[in-house]
Amino acid sequence: MSEFHLPSLGADMESAILVEWMVKPGDEVKRGDLVAAIETNKGIIEIEFYEDGVIDEILVRPDETVPIGTVLATYHSEGEEQAPRKTGQAPTKPPQPGSTAAVDAGATGRQRISPAARKRATELSVTLAQLIGSGPGGAVSVKDVEQAAASAHKSMAKELATGPTAMRKSIATAMARAKREIPHYYLGTTIDMSRALEWLEQYNAERPVTERLVYAVLLIKAVALGLRKIPELNGCWIDDHFEPSSAVHVGVAISLRQGGLLAPALHNTNLKDIIILMQEFLDLVTRVRAGRVRRSEFMEPTITVTSLGEEGVETVYPIIYPPQVAIIGFGKIVERPWSVNGMIESRPVVEATLAADHRVSDGHRGGLFLAAINRLLQEPEYL
Amino acid sequence: MTKDEIKTVVLSALAKIAPETEGEEIEPDVNFRDQFDIDSIDFLNLMIALHKELGVDIQAVDYPKFSNLSGSVSYLATKLDIKTKY
Repeated sequence: MSEFHLPSLGADMESAILVEWMVKPGDEVKRGDLVAAIETNKGIIEIEFYEDGVIDEILVRPDETVPIGTVLATYHSEGEEQAPRKTGQAPTKPPQPGSTAAVDAGATGRQRISPAARKRATELSVTLAQLIGSGPGGAVSVKDVEQAAASAHKSMAKELATGPTAMRKSIATAMARAKREIPHYYLGTTIDMSRALEWLEQYNAERPVTERLVYAVLLIKAVALGLRKIPELNGCWIDDHFEPSSAVHVGVAISLRQGGLLAPALHNTNLKDIIILMQEFLDLVTRVRAGRVRRSEFMEPTITVTSLGEEGVETVYPIIYPPQVAIIGFGKIVERPWSVNGMIESRPVVEATLAADHRVSDGHRGGLFLAAINRLLQEPEYL
Repeated sequence: MTKDEIKTVVLSALAKIAPETEGEEIEPDVNFRDQFDIDSIDFLNLMIALHKELGVDIQAVDYPKFSNLSGSVSYLATKLDIKTKY
């Protein structure tokens, strides 16, 4: 039997509320399958399974708040025997106040539960391992199960306030750490966007609304491709050293209607066709704003892009999101006088800024990176 | 389909994208962006929703006509009339 634990989703996360199970006992799951949604101070995050297996038992019910590392469910992988049910494998979870208490497995041996109570517990997603019944020898009845479910509902969730305030704290923690620990340097350049926008206009004119692109996707793809020759901007600073990432997962800063923001990853950004990237970007923004993001998207960005142009600012001075080592900001696209072959023309331009970590790279390399982004945006058809 | 029905479709598509607009009084001639916090992805989602709901082809060059409620309704009304006439 194996245990599926509540994963840590950042240094400032201590606990989470189990919101929903997407699987039930007996279900086969594959590595990477989304199995549960949890609510943290960063919003609702969908977590995936780590390996192939079959779910044996769900140990934490919806609305329950549990600390990191709690066994959420047990499972067995192929060839492994299914866990004998309830032979006293007490979950590594602290006892909860109220009508539930941890069973001392060694002392009590097999828990006594009527078949009807077990059935009801499954229906209500009540964790039987923690129940001591009111019957003889602690036997668990249907009534015990229902009481446990009711009391769990009452005590649920209150200790982990979510919403803008909790998210604000989480952002503040990350940004304070960035300002304290990361020796930032900042570079900026102005990029002529006329070719990219002309190409985009033509591209969109020929396609139905469901296949059109937004210019932000061109910026994101250009950043991903620009990293090819400057790999020291892509990765994480962990335990006093830089761990470069061979994969490019560009995090995109997405503002939320209720306040706050998240910057989840578009996986393998550099390898994806622009049309696929657009679909994934649209899907990601829509899901994030609907309050659903996947753990892998949340945890795996290797660099971040923030585009604040739509709010009207021309220049962004971004702060690196730890443990990443670089962030690129794009401002608003504005018409500006631009010198072309000695003549002044009006051109749409965008200000691109880079904040990067001096522990890993220098301004010279950062400058080459911005120049690469500029070059890529002059040939949008190759993005 | 009447203009009022089109308006209902637009408002409900908008409410899905910006839930705070639900049941709110919307100024018909004021830019959506000035009334609610709508970005290009929200706008694209609005276009996709209207296209799917009404079967209308919305050209990218016509996006500016969707900057406010009355513009959106009259654009869609024109498109739908043309469709029923021919």
